[in-house]
Amino acid sequence: MLERALTGSTRYKKLLGVLLVFMGLGFAAYLTQWNRGLTITGMSRDVSWGIYIAQFTFLVGVAASAVMVVLPYYLHDVKAFGKITILGEFLAIASVTMCLLFIFVDLGKPMRILNVLLYPTLNSVLFWDMIVLNGYLLLNLLIGWNVLEAERKGTLYPNWVKPLIYISIPWAVSIHTVTAFLYAGLPGREYWLTAIMAARFLASAFCSGPALLIMLSYLVKKYSRFDPGKEAIDKLATIMTYAMLISVFFVGLEFFTAFYSNIPGHMDALKYMFVGLEGHHKLVPVMWLFAILAVAGVALLLHPDVRKNEKMLLAAAACVFFSMYIEKGVGLIVAGFIPNPFNQVREYVPSIPEMMIALGIWATGFFVLTVLYKIAVSVKEEVGA
Amino acid sequence: METGRRNFLKIGGICALGLGSLRVVNAFGKTETPKFTANLQALTAKRWAMAIDMKKCWEKGPPGCTDCVLACHSTHNVPDIGTQKEEIKWIWEEKYENVFPGQESGMEPEAIREKPFMVLCNHCKHAPCTRVCPTQATFKRADGITMMDFHRCIGCRYCMAGCPFGARSFNFRDPRPYIKTELNPAFPTRDRGVVEKCNFCEERLAAGKMPACVEACKCKALCFGDLEDPNSEVRKALGSQFSIRRRPELGTEPGVYYII
Repeated sequence: MLERALTGSTRYKKLLGVLLVFMGLGFAAYLTQWNRGLTITGMSRDVSWGIYIAQFTFLVGVAASAVMVVLPYYLHDVKAFGKITILGEFLAIASVTMCLLFIFVDLGKPMRILNVLLYPTLNSVLFWDMIVLNGYLLLNLLIGWNVLEAERKGTLYPNWVKPLIYISIPWAVSIHTVTAFLYAGLPGREYWLTAIMAARFLASAFCSGPALLIMLSYLVKKYSRFDPGKEAIDKLATIMTYAMLISVFFVGLEFFTAFYSNIPGHMDALKYMFVGLEGHHKLVPVMWLFAILAVAGVALLLHPDVRKNEKMLLAAAACVFFSMYIEKGVGLIVAGFIPNPFNQVREYVPSIPEMMIALGIWATGFFVLTVLYKIAVSVKEEVGA
Repeated sequence: METGRRNFLKIGGICALGLGSLRVVNAFGKTETPKFTANLQALTAKRWAMAIDMKKCWEKGPPGCTDCVLACHSTHNVPDIGTQKEEIKWIWEEKYENVFPGQESGMEPEAIREKPFMVLCNHCKHAPCTRVCPTQATFKRADGITMMDFHRCIGCRYCMAGCPFGARSFNFRDPRPYIKTELNPAFPTRDRGVVEKCNFCEERLAAGKMPACVEACKCKALCFGDLEDPNSEVRKALGSQFSIRRRPELGTEPGVYYII
């Protein structure tokens, strides 16, 4: 099947070319980090994780695109999703690939990464996150590839794939839960120390994943002869609506607990994000953009007639995706370090090379995604023709 | 017997795996625990701890005295990077409101509000940093010291997120050009990309010496000893004066006590 990725229209090749340029720039920036160390980033002694870990956290959520189509299709027999399970699974593969790359570039000693396997440490959540992420990547590769190959041959996928599909559903829950546990179990980081963290991760994953999938399905429909189907998109939109409402509700719960209890440690990070703390307010405009996008997304999604309109739905999906991007991919990680253990505010701004590396990884993810989608769409076109 | 190329390769692969595993089994079979003799002069304890008598420090020490910091940082080749962003420190000064956030009343005597407090790794009994480390590069010793293995650390900085005391520093760049004190060849310099922090001078304890900061303090404000030995210096100091610890509500059981 892989040969289908090697041929394609000029537009396909141009897209890959553009992505390769960004990948190259990111790689060049990474070489300077490799030579000079993490000093080239904006991270500091006080904010010791920055956009790398934040992007990783957000992208774990995007990987939920797979389970949100696989679960209704295989457990509830929602036939409309049959055509697009492959799109969800391939998006999950691209997302998890980016997650792993973001972890890699965040390491101070990347050449020692295998120490995680050489000295397996069961009490470290990071060890378990490594297990669940790699497992999810492998599951989606095996499932997606075999189901697609069977479709191409006009047969049913091999029997051994079925249990993997069922395993992949709770496994998807595990990647969000374990990633949330990375943060939610640390004493002294009050903003992260909340029992609702894993629930928040699941809710935001279940809206940001489908949001991107809706936008990608539109592109697939526009630029190929494969139509994911209106019914599938409508159902995804419903899922996204509920998940988005729950996400916004969960963020509101954090505000209530912090501000009604009036405990400084619980209020500080929220204050820093939305109004600034001790004269420091670099995140304030970004977080208000989150608030505006979230409200706009909810407003567009609430009425079924509005979200059934294709243009409106795309706008809503973009609002959902970017608001959740800001919430997980910018705010959550940085604000967790503010104020520092000495109750001082030390701000963080990513450096240019740091952003180039991040952009390079996004380009890599989209490169993987483009190639996988090209294969899937080619097969669908052949079968459909 | 009919056999295709596929089967031949399969059987060949299994045989190769079998032969290979024999070497692994042998290696494990031969493993013996390394033989060494402990230094008989070494100082040992059930749980090392420190009591810092801030009053002694302020009253007897000359103003602006940083003997303990200098002694520690020169003993351990701690670099002076020169920026707040990448600062590396094992023991340093902070103000009361920063050391004990949430405990300040705002009505403390000016001396307490303005005078420096010494902060260092608390060598917590239930250390969150060792709990989160994915490679056991930071770990607890039986005597309570929280150790760092600079050669195993992958630089993920999870321990820095886990430490509620800001005790850990990361080598964002190669620290060696920034070592401004005379190089101590008896202690390893660090490489770029690893985390470091106070080690309660375990290398000096092993040689029968007290920690460098304790030894350097002329006014004997730093008191070091075995917390589980009722006759130790540290227990006597804590038993006779009121002391507090940083963020006790987190349950990490810090091993550094402050007498104010």
